Amino acid sequence: MSITIAGAGVAGLSCACELARAGFAVEVFETAPSLDENGCSRFAGGMLAPWCETESAEPEVLELGAMAMDWWAGLTQVTKAGTLVVAPARDSAEVSRFASRTSAHREADIDALEPALKGRFAKGLFFAQEAHLDPRRALSDLADACRDLGVVIHFGAAAPGPVDVDCRGIAAMDTLGDLRAVRGEMLMLRSRDVMLTRTVRMLHPRFPVYVVPRGDGVFMVGATMIESAGWGPITLRSMMELLGAAYALHPGFAEAEIIETGVGLRPAFPDNLPRMTEIDGTFYINGLYRHGYLLAPAMAQRLARRLLKEKRFDNHRQRRTA
Amino acid sequence: MQLYGTEITSPLLLGTAQYPSPAILGDAIRASGTEVITVSLRRETAAGDGGAFWQILKDLGCHILPNTAGCHSVQEAVTTARMARDLFKTNWIKLEVIGNPDTLHPDVFGLVEAAGILTGEGFEVFPYTTDDLSVAEQLIKAGCRVLMPWGAPIGSGQGLRTPDALRSMRAHFPGTTLIVDAGIGKPSHAAQAMELGFDAVLLNTAVAKAGNPALMAAAMARAVAAGRDAFRAQPIEPRDMAAPSTPVMGMASL
Repeated sequence: MSITIAGAGVAGLSCACELARAGFAVEVFETAPSLDENGCSRFAGGMLAPWCETESAEPEVLELGAMAMDWWAGLTQVTKAGTLVVAPARDSAEVSRFASRTSAHREADIDALEPALKGRFAKGLFFAQEAHLDPRRALSDLADACRDLGVVIHFGAAAPGPVDVDCRGIAAMDTLGDLRAVRGEMLMLRSRDVMLTRTVRMLHPRFPVYVVPRGDGVFMVGATMIESAGWGPITLRSMMELLGAAYALHPGFAEAEIIETGVGLRPAFPDNLPRMTEIDGTFYINGLYRHGYLLAPAMAQRLARRLLKEKRFDNHRQRRTA
Repeated sequence: MQLYGTEITSPLLLGTAQYPSPAILGDAIRASGTEVITVSLRRETAAGDGGAFWQILKDLGCHILPNTAGCHSVQEAVTTARMARDLFKTNWIKLEVIGNPDTLHPDVFGLVEAAGILTGEGFEVFPYTTDDLSVAEQLIKAGCRVLMPWGAPIGSGQGLRTPDALRSMRAHFPGTTLIVDAGIGKPSHAAQAMELGFDAVLLNTAVAKAGNPALMAAAMARAVAAGRDAFRAQPIEPRDMAAPSTPVMGMASL
């Protein structure tokens, strides 16, 4: 007997991994044909930035997210270079506001941290403890780790019946009444002119934007936050906002190539916090909102601890082989 | 206060954008006692429906005042207003036609034109305007029975930049419902608007972006109530010289 999981996004695979580590036999069912077709997890920023996130998130995000860096570092490449937060001169009040809402930062020596931004911003914050990863590589490495632990992942296949664990993200709106979609749009740039080594957030009262280096001159620029369940292509306005912010960060981005755009629907509950809910014998892990990679590990561990206490899953344990 | 025939008790109207979460938005609305909330249609309809978010707003039990935030032309604003009417089943529309993307200064020419079109279609228009009296006259002529002059640029939190102009506006339109919309940063700003005799204050960022939105919403509610009472109580006029507040006759001679 295996624990069955619906969904092979970052939530589903993190749960599979933690359950397998706890000794369960696990099967994952994913309706998409491959990891490359995954919606939300594929278009994530991949920032492991719990301190920055508390600017607008509840303290629980920091409590749950603090362990994510070490968790991911055991599975995939994590770049622990911190986060640099800057604002255009006329919006410098935003830096003070951001500083007052967050912790674990210091005034940034921008010239030393990112020489490419030398002289461009008068004031910035540095969150030295934060990190980032490449979500696509991380998801692929996580799937490999799951398989090494004996997890079976079925692609292009819905679960044959009710599952034990539901990690379908926004698709679970069909059952979770107060789950809603927050649309996010992103784009990928390739630049030969701009060198950045860490996540840079640019504050702006209307459209704050972050730029995450993915290596080889590729940068992810994100992300919009729109209360909508529309999955259509990125709009001109959103693209202009993202591109305008990238250009304001560094004019060298003007010559960058736009190599990809993407749209995902973040699943969120009204408090924008993740939840584990049990309905008719199925455990729903959902509501990871804009914190998928940051919060999935903690939620997966919470699930594993819970299922170890469930008598009905006692016969789902497999003998661990070395 | 009458808003197109609807009696509203609370002189505080709140926007619903930029809150950390819908749950905190709900807490703030409840703490404020507000009866009218504004909803931005433009972004939420990007490519589908904002159904879940709108449901949360509807469940708050307030009157919904849809707005045309972010519209830069008459055509955009009129189209957005029509969509809002379909979606929220209300003739109310907070009309914004933006003239400059950096200052979000209203395009008053487009505003008057759009107001005329919309009132002709049966809309009840709440125009976001400047404190210019001749523009206000044109809006009244276009059929507006509520005027919403700015206190300062949207989201700036600067408070009332031109209190004298706002005072003139109150004097010039004694029978029109006047609401200060935009620019409020602190409760003292909201109280000041009410002390000038305005009927209400509409704000969003000052509460949504506060560290504790619900607490700030409650503070704003107390401020507008204090300001309204102060106006009704007829404040004293300021003067240059001191006027002793204790009787000078019959002082004890020591």
